[in-house]
Amino acid sequence: MSHYTTYADLGGLPGFGVVTPEPEGDLFHADWERKALALTLAMGATGSWNIDQSRAARETLPDYLKLSYYQIWLAAVEKLLQAHGLASADEIRSGSLQQPPLPVARVLQAQAVSAALLKGSPVLRAPAQPARFKLGQRVRTRPAAARHHTRLPGYATGKQGVIERIHGVHVFADSQAQGLGEDPQWLYGVVFDAAELWPEQARPGASQGLKVSIDAWEPYLEASSA
Amino acid sequence: MGDPSLKTTMPDHHHHHDHDHEHNHGSDHEHSELSEMELRVRALQSVLTQKGYIDPAALDVLIDTYQTQVGPRNGARVVARSWVDPQFRDWLLRDASQAIASLGYSGRQGEHLVAVENTAERHNLVVCTLCSCYPWPVLGLPPVWYKSAPYRSRAVRDPRGVLADFGVYLPERTEIRVWDSTAEVRYLVIPQRPADSGDLSEDALAALVSRDAMIGTRLVEARAARGTA
Repeated sequence: MSHYTTYADLGGLPGFGVVTPEPEGDLFHADWERKALALTLAMGATGSWNIDQSRAARETLPDYLKLSYYQIWLAAVEKLLQAHGLASADEIRSGSLQQPPLPVARVLQAQAVSAALLKGSPVLRAPAQPARFKLGQRVRTRPAAARHHTRLPGYATGKQGVIERIHGVHVFADSQAQGLGEDPQWLYGVVFDAAELWPEQARPGASQGLKVSIDAWEPYLEASSA
Repeated sequence: MGDPSLKTTMPDHHHHHDHDHEHNHGSDHEHSELSEMELRVRALQSVLTQKGYIDPAALDVLIDTYQTQVGPRNGARVVARSWVDPQFRDWLLRDASQAIASLGYSGRQGEHLVAVENTAERHNLVVCTLCSCYPWPVLGLPPVWYKSAPYRSRAVRDPRGVLADFGVYLPERTEIRVWDSTAEVRYLVIPQRPADSGDLSEDALAALVSRDAMIGTRLVEARAARGTA
């Protein structure tokens, strides 16, 4: 893959305005949002794609920033259905079946929902080799953007930080998103000083006493001596 | 994945003949009152049901779960327990997944949990700049603002500005730590216990804890302050 554009890597970007708080009970703003959520979860449960492929489908929607979040979810599930040949654009638009279904690994039945949600999809795996970095070690993140779905945010690319937590070996999002398997990798909590991330601050005093942590898989990191 | 409780099946074809009937039964009048989005989701649900990929009854259970069962009251009970039980607090800070599972909360989008505690010296704030990662088993579904561009863009760069949007102003000496949920680890903020809450029961303490306080965009206010707000 030579070209990959995400529209979802928003950390640090200017110009989006203020945050609008909402009361705790205001989860949905239309009935279709409930269904979009449930359809997304139910199709995810079929095993036709993994969560990283879902995220990749969402973040590459060209109109990502114009859509509400459930519109993003809906557009992504429609896109994935077509990409996997599970439904055509015509079928999705009309709601009417035109081609026979493809087999799917599972169908989530109503009586199985509670157990499936309680179980989730743990991503911790047994280590195949020892962790390369240790607590307190200085590291530098990969200097360039990936040409595929990745979970290293742009603002933390090419930055120096410190290993603060070792989470264990987790399924590697970059690999799963490309359909290349789990390729589990050590996952670290890495903490950065705001001055490293934001040499030019948007607002005077914004960096005062600020540190930011990300979770980074080992392939994102290299040892840093400085 | 590989969950034996999920029925393994080939989609069946028997819904096929139902389709024209189902799709056309609504009158034009009824449709005119439905939004474009509502119609689009209905069409999708219809075709996925006909294909046999989904069990429509499962959709209702999924919605009901996050509307009435799994929500921020779960997290509030975790916080209240940590305030009254020092052993539980230590466990929570050391292994949040296990400590929280002991209260019955686990699963999807909370398989790997970390609890971060606010103190007089440090305030924690949780964000997902890349999408909408959020600890579902303890907080339920994320609010719109958590998934929005203003929050995701500013939380890592100007968290004090974000806190001001919530009416929260912290002393300059307070360190602010932002946790960007970039992998499958999910973060829960344990707010500071209000000073005047010593006589409250665990349930009453839980009632003081807002969802936003467990994301880190609000504080848990002392009762005196709440009473005069």
